[in-house]
Amino acid sequence: MKELIKQLTQIPGPSGYESAIRETIREIIKPYVRETRVDAMGNLIAQVGTKAPGGMRVMVAAHMDEIGLIVSHIEKKGLVRFSNLGGVLPRYLAGGRVVFLNGTRGVINSDRHDEVSKIQPISQFFIDIGAISEKDCPVKIGDLAVFDREFLDLGKRVSSKALDDRCGCALMIETIQRVKQSPHELLFVFCTQEEVGSRGATTAAYQLDADLGIALDVTPVGDILGVKMQVNLGEGPAIKVRDVGHIADPAVVNWMVRTARELKVPHQLEVLDVGSTDARAMQISRGGMPSGALSIPCRYVHSPSEMIDMDDYAHALTLLTGLLSREIKLEKK
Amino acid sequence: MNENRVKISRPQLKLLEKLSNAVGVSGNEDEVRQIVIEEIRPLVDEYRVDRMGNLLAIKHTKTADAARVMFAAHMDEVGFMLVQADTEGCYAFEAVGGIDERQLLAKPVLVGKDHLPGVIGSKPVHLTSPAERAKVTPLGQLRIDLSPGCAGKASVGDYATFATRFWRSGDSLFGKALDDRLGVATLIELARLNPGTAEVLFAFTVQEELGLRGARVAAYDFEPDMAFVVDSTPAFDLPLDESEDENVLYNCRLGAGPAIYLADAGTISDPRLIQFLTRIAEDCGIPYQFRQPGGGGTDAGAIHITRGGVPSVSVSVPGRYAHSPILHARLSDWKNTLALLYQALEKADRSILNADR
Repeated sequence: MKELIKQLTQIPGPSGYESAIRETIREIIKPYVRETRVDAMGNLIAQVGTKAPGGMRVMVAAHMDEIGLIVSHIEKKGLVRFSNLGGVLPRYLAGGRVVFLNGTRGVINSDRHDEVSKIQPISQFFIDIGAISEKDCPVKIGDLAVFDREFLDLGKRVSSKALDDRCGCALMIETIQRVKQSPHELLFVFCTQEEVGSRGATTAAYQLDADLGIALDVTPVGDILGVKMQVNLGEGPAIKVRDVGHIADPAVVNWMVRTARELKVPHQLEVLDVGSTDARAMQISRGGMPSGALSIPCRYVHSPSEMIDMDDYAHALTLLTGLLSREIKLEKK
Repeated sequence: MNENRVKISRPQLKLLEKLSNAVGVSGNEDEVRQIVIEEIRPLVDEYRVDRMGNLLAIKHTKTADAARVMFAAHMDEVGFMLVQADTEGCYAFEAVGGIDERQLLAKPVLVGKDHLPGVIGSKPVHLTSPAERAKVTPLGQLRIDLSPGCAGKASVGDYATFATRFWRSGDSLFGKALDDRLGVATLIELARLNPGTAEVLFAFTVQEELGLRGARVAAYDFEPDMAFVVDSTPAFDLPLDESEDENVLYNCRLGAGPAIYLADAGTISDPRLIQFLTRIAEDCGIPYQFRQPGGGGTDAGAIHITRGGVPSVSVSVPGRYAHSPILHARLSDWKNTLALLYQALEKADRSILNADR
């Protein structure tokens, strides 16, 4: 489990530029799936099983992309200005390191400012890759970078960049490897461009036109940083009830909770005040798709050092495998 | 090289002038659409106006299994709508689209279908306090003044736009609504030059300035294999003093060629199409620049996530003073934009999409 998560988190894949992570995942899942294909938006779609009587066509989505930086200008003195792809938070930038898709590494810092208590906007930060002039600079406008931060094994918990959502990708890969008997046609989608607004999931959901959608993503937690929510690290996967863009279908929530109880999997209910997931895009696709989300609690989301609890991950795997292996009954409480 | 087929001379400039002077505020694009229909009719195999008002024109190809290539440019411009009739031919109004509200005082405008001339009236400078002068006058304190003689000739719901007339000065083009009539004129030229190798789908869209509303349904209808969006993007390249701080937020620059989009608030351009365009530009010696990644957006934002997804890229003619009464663009940038897109049209086939991304 840890090894897979470690491997996936370390591959750079900013929104819109997911080819390296996509190829890695494709190689890993190839032996376990009937076929894989890559669509117009770069989503990797893998089909497992076929629909038996009483079965459903289920879309399961985790996103491959991570937040990233894109070069907007090279200064005469060789400093690299950038814009963000996805929710890059300025407070996590200064002193950090980045790696470009071409392998170049650099450090981030910011323009001089007098009010140290204020956080500067992204336009006042730059990447210093050690160049002495514009001509000497090995990156150019449009080049992409991600945080450079190695995987840290802390025992029960692990920390890395891009756990959002490579731990969801790992969860989906391990589920693909485990689901042996299922009455369902399972369509696993490793999505692109979630961090800029679930754009990959939008077009994937349209194409697949499934009966049910499940997104696998991380959720922030309430046990630190004063976020007001009742999801804690280490207390089990979170079954989403609501976030800013999505009210999970109550029948889907009920099905997930019921199954978790039957399987004796610890779980939590998630009501989130910031952000959304690919489940939103699925729910409002075409004529509507019942959808829900299973979240892995995660501290420090969108920082270079996110953190998850491996027990939460293991429980999520048990729950998801269980959910997809049996007949699905969608009914409200 | 077929690039010499691409030229912009008197007829093209006449057409751009006509398009720039035409009134076509978002939701009321009819005047522009009529001009485009007249031009495009002899150049395409079929055209129609859809339910949103988009003008959709198709030029078929004889090539078997050819790519369906969409070109989109928006017909609408930012402007105003009258919301309340006051006395003496004065009207309260609201903005339609992201107008630059700093630029409104005392600007001449045209109101309604009959282009009634008026002016945006406000408090005279003599009577304002320094505090009032330091901030933007709210729209609520302005009126469109049509004169008492015109009272009753306009009504609530009428559209208005700036009365600016187009002119050219050497390589420079000045006019209102060049965002995006430059794109509209470019599409018309592409239809004229069409080499016939692809199934070409021209979308002259409506309501871009209100949130890409027309492009959404146009792309749904066309189901293209790929899309090129032609727009105008702001340039902030005035030669201001940079001795202290380098200008790192200019978006793009006049005279540096077509601005190819990498990423904006609505779209991450398809890397395969970026590469396709830059390779063409380099092979053909067409100057180009990358628009700085950041905010803003074009019709590509709606097009690329339509149905199962459409690989898309935007190319803009740079323009100073966007969303104000006047835009300053360069003829050479327009010509290079047209040259680049003509080459793209000639070379566009499905194999482009097999490239690495």
